[in-house]
Amino acid sequence: MNTASVSLGASVSSQSRFMQLALAAFLGIFVMGFVGFSHIDAVHNAAHDYRHSMAFPCH
Amino acid sequence: MNLFRNVVFIAAIAGLVAGVVLASMQAYATVPLILKAEVYEQAGGGHHHDDAAPAATDTNAMSTAAPAGNAMSSAAPAPAQAAAPAAEDEGWSPADGFERFAFSVLANIVTGIGFALILVAVSEFAGGIGNWRQGVFWGLAGFAVFTLAPGLGLPPELPAMPAADLTQRQIWWWATVAATAAGLGLIAFRKSLPLAILGVALIVAPHVVGAPQPDSFETAIPEGLHHQFVVAVTLTNLVFWLVLGVVVGVVRGRFTGTATSLRDSFA
Repeated sequence: MNTASVSLGASVSSQSRFMQLALAAFLGIFVMGFVGFSHIDAVHNAAHDYRHSMAFPCH
Repeated sequence: MNLFRNVVFIAAIAGLVAGVVLASMQAYATVPLILKAEVYEQAGGGHHHDDAAPAATDTNAMSTAAPAGNAMSSAAPAPAQAAAPAAEDEGWSPADGFERFAFSVLANIVTGIGFALILVAVSEFAGGIGNWRQGVFWGLAGFAVFTLAPGLGLPPELPAMPAADLTQRQIWWWATVAATAAGLGLIAFRKSLPLAILGVALIVAPHVVGAPQPDSFETAIPEGLHHQFVVAVTLTNLVFWLVLGVVVGVVRGRFTGTATSLRDSFA
């Protein structure tokens, strides 16, 4: 459990740390939102089997 | 942007590995069931998604709003019903076989990286996933947040199964994910009984509100096929999240072991 206290960006300020982590999380939400939840037909059709297999609301 | 770059790097590796694992499992466990369901879908003459409820309110609104709504309200349902099956044919879609499979793999990897970004970023706020065992627990949390909780109200569905309005279901899905994540966070990271109770309340709340449900559950899909699909989706997602958490723990462990030198060498 010692390693838990070692953080990835130990040297950065806490504000910058927050911003960078928030940005990463937002990017992740955007990516999965676009592939899994976009209403664009082509995107839906391309990821159709994936959406069903992930139990994302589909159609 | 040192930290951001490290998070993206770890997420990319973990998402790639877990995405490939998930795509392989889907190829055997879920996609064959989807293809079976599509046979029923085609036999039933297109989509049976329950657009009846919103369509009905639309025509009501039209006929009350417009005095000349008679022509409108009688004309409106016809295009709406014609559009439903046609929507499946419209727009580009991958050809069956390899192309369709390839796009599924791509979707798995891309969203795998998306899930990994969320997992790594959120876990860093709580001190980070230090090793593979912590990764197992973070993976279980991700499974509970993204699969179990929304799946209770909106079980995995096969093509041709009735469902409520898409946007409403998507809103409920996201709200449930957010509430469950917040609830689990309160329980796990605040050492306070009232906050833990609030956490439980947050996890329960979306299900008290209830997921949008279709007017009728009538479907051509056999109950057995659907049940098999629910089990397959739930288990493949469980393995996906465990792999994702474990790989993040392992890769991150290597990173932090040499964190100083990595920062120096890439900065």
